Amino acid sequence: MQHSVSVQEADFDLSAEVKALTAGNNLAGAVASFVGLVRDNNDGTGVADMTLEHYPGMTEKALDEIAIKAGERWELLGVRIIHRVGHLMPGDQIVLVVVSSPHRGNSFAACEFIMDYLKTQAPFWKKETTAEGSRWVDARVSDDEAMAKWRDQIGM
Amino acid sequence: MITVMFFAGLREAVGTSSETLALPAGVSSIAALRDHLVARGGQWQALATAKNLRAALNQDMVALDSAIKDGDEIAFFPPVTGG
Repeated sequence: MQHSVSVQEADFDLSAEVKALTAGNNLAGAVASFVGLVRDNNDGTGVADMTLEHYPGMTEKALDEIAIKAGERWELLGVRIIHRVGHLMPGDQIVLVVVSSPHRGNSFAACEFIMDYLKTQAPFWKKETTAEGSRWVDARVSDDEAMAKWRDQIGM
Repeated sequence: MITVMFFAGLREAVGTSSETLALPAGVSSIAALRDHLVARGGQWQALATAKNLRAALNQDMVALDSAIKDGDEIAFFPPVTGG
């Protein structure tokens, strides 16, 4: 399985990433992708913009490990993960996961696993600006629950 | 020497993003390092009051009772919120 991860300020292009992941490899019968976007509200408060902080070095290492774990669990051909950092506006793309595999079941499952894992294990922190000022976003219990589901199912 | 790093709200609370210090005598775990830093008082109390404090050792997320040694890079931070 080939995989690559990027942590960057620049935006990304889903179709270009899908093409790059599948180029020259006709074993892939399926590509599943997820794109996360910045919302303009959170917990009932309007969000004007946000800043993403991360832990350089550990971030790339954590994303690498997530991709490798997915490849150990499912039959995959390729994994591409991009996570943006820095200043972002509502509507902006923030995260991309693309997974290719011979059959769709593995791509669907691995794509969801990678996002659930990333949400609780990759060292990113969101700070959002609202009408009342700026605030760090609290982690969601539902994200931990989504991760726990995988631990129960596949022992990860 | 060890490197200690702080991120996000915790970085703002303690007022620094990283510092290098000699591994204090008797400190052999991340939890003990936290106690050592909290004992400085003032803004360092934030390490004691932070709810759901997380830590990384040499860029792997670990439990607070993990052992540390000279040369390690330790990071403290709130639960992550990426994605």
